Amino acid sequence: MAKIIVVTSGKGGVGKTTSAAAIATGLALRGNKTIVIDFDVGLRNLDLIMGCERRVVYDLVNVIQGEATLNQATIRDKRTENLYILPASQTRDKDALTPEGVERILSELKEEFDFIICDSPAGIERGAQLAMYYADEAIVVTNPEVSSVRDSDRILGLLSSKTRRAEQGNDPVREHLLITRYNPERVDHGDMLNLDDITEILSIKLIGLIPESEAVLRASNQGVPVTHDNSSDAGQAYADTVSRLLGEEVTLRFHQAQKKGFLSRIFGGRR
Amino acid sequence: MKLLEFLKRERKKSASVAKERLQIIVAHQRGHRGQPDYMPMLEQELLEVIRRYVSVDQEAVNITLDSEDDCSILELNVTLPNSKDS
Ligand SMILES: Nc1ncnc2c1ncn2[C@@H]1O[C@H](COP(=O)(O)OP(=O)(O)OP(=O)(O)O)[C@@H](O)[C@H]1O
Ligand SMILES: [Mg+2]
Repeated sequence: MAKIIVVTSGKGGVGKTTSAAAIATGLALRGNKTIVIDFDVGLRNLDLIMGCERRVVYDLVNVIQGEATLNQATIRDKRTENLYILPASQTRDKDALTPEGVERILSELKEEFDFIICDSPAGIERGAQLAMYYADEAIVVTNPEVSSVRDSDRILGLLSSKTRRAEQGNDPVREHLLITRYNPERVDHGDMLNLDDITEILSIKLIGLIPESEAVLRASNQGVPVTHDNSSDAGQAYADTVSRLLGEEVTLRFHQAQKKGFLSRIFGGRR
Repeated sequence: MKLLEFLKRERKKSASVAKERLQIIVAHQRGHRGQPDYMPMLEQELLEVIRRYVSVDQEAVNITLDSEDDCSILELNVTLPNSKDS
């Protein structure tokens, strides 16, 4: 039986899709049969990050409306064994997703996969709530910024009240904090919230810390999830995150500023 | 040198200001977690009614909703200004 994990944030543009793609890839690379589902109906871009945009024929909404089977809509990743993508619709309106339809698809997928990763749309309305409704665990993506932290707290409120687990009084959704776009230099300068402050304010457990990294844009340009770039800081940070998700103890990296060498201190600017 | 230090200190502040603001925001949000959707409206209208009689500001009115097993308790706390002032 698959574990359903939603990647959510409230605030837009904080790195949900980047993280959903990187984590799903990491889980598959570790031998887990994984599917990543784009819940961002109308604004899909998971297919771009995964580099499979030209292979999209059917989508989530087609399956819900009975116009295609799950098998027809699911795309098998070309690079990574065990990895599958279920794209969102580009054109339909958001109401095309129904709770019953989503439940039917998830329960079908649950039989076949180890992990189902749901890439949530931004916001706290219907689309985001639908993406989290059936989740067993949630990865709350947060940037070190006031508005992002506040929205994450609102998402935590929804996770504890508007999910199936909450409504049926089952064990609550397990919440993980994923801090992304972290810049240790700016934290040292005192103009970026530090990781302890964020974890203290949100009071949930940190599952990973992804530094602000050039590798992320490079990866999205190429349509290759950043986890494959295993010499990059972000790629390694996502791999660490995946290990923790799988229950391993991994010490935190990339949260401290690189010590500047003598030469770069003289010639290189501070930023 | 002095100026540089001064600028540095100013910068230090922005992250801690952010933290303080967030602590207040989050405490406030959590106070309202899980409450019915009509609560903000109810709060606003109660405030208007009270203001017909005494002049109080927004913070003077504090409404909480606690639920126990079989009932909910709506608690209304109004801090009235000193009678001398009014
Ligand atoms: N660690 C990082 N370092 C640098 N850039 C990043 C990082 N993470 C994400 N980004 C960039 O931030 C932008 C938004 O990322 P992404 O699309 O993953 O966010 P999102 O939360 O899914 O957005 P939306 O709410 O629109 O769905 C992208 O341009 C991405 O390249
Ligand atoms: Mg996205």
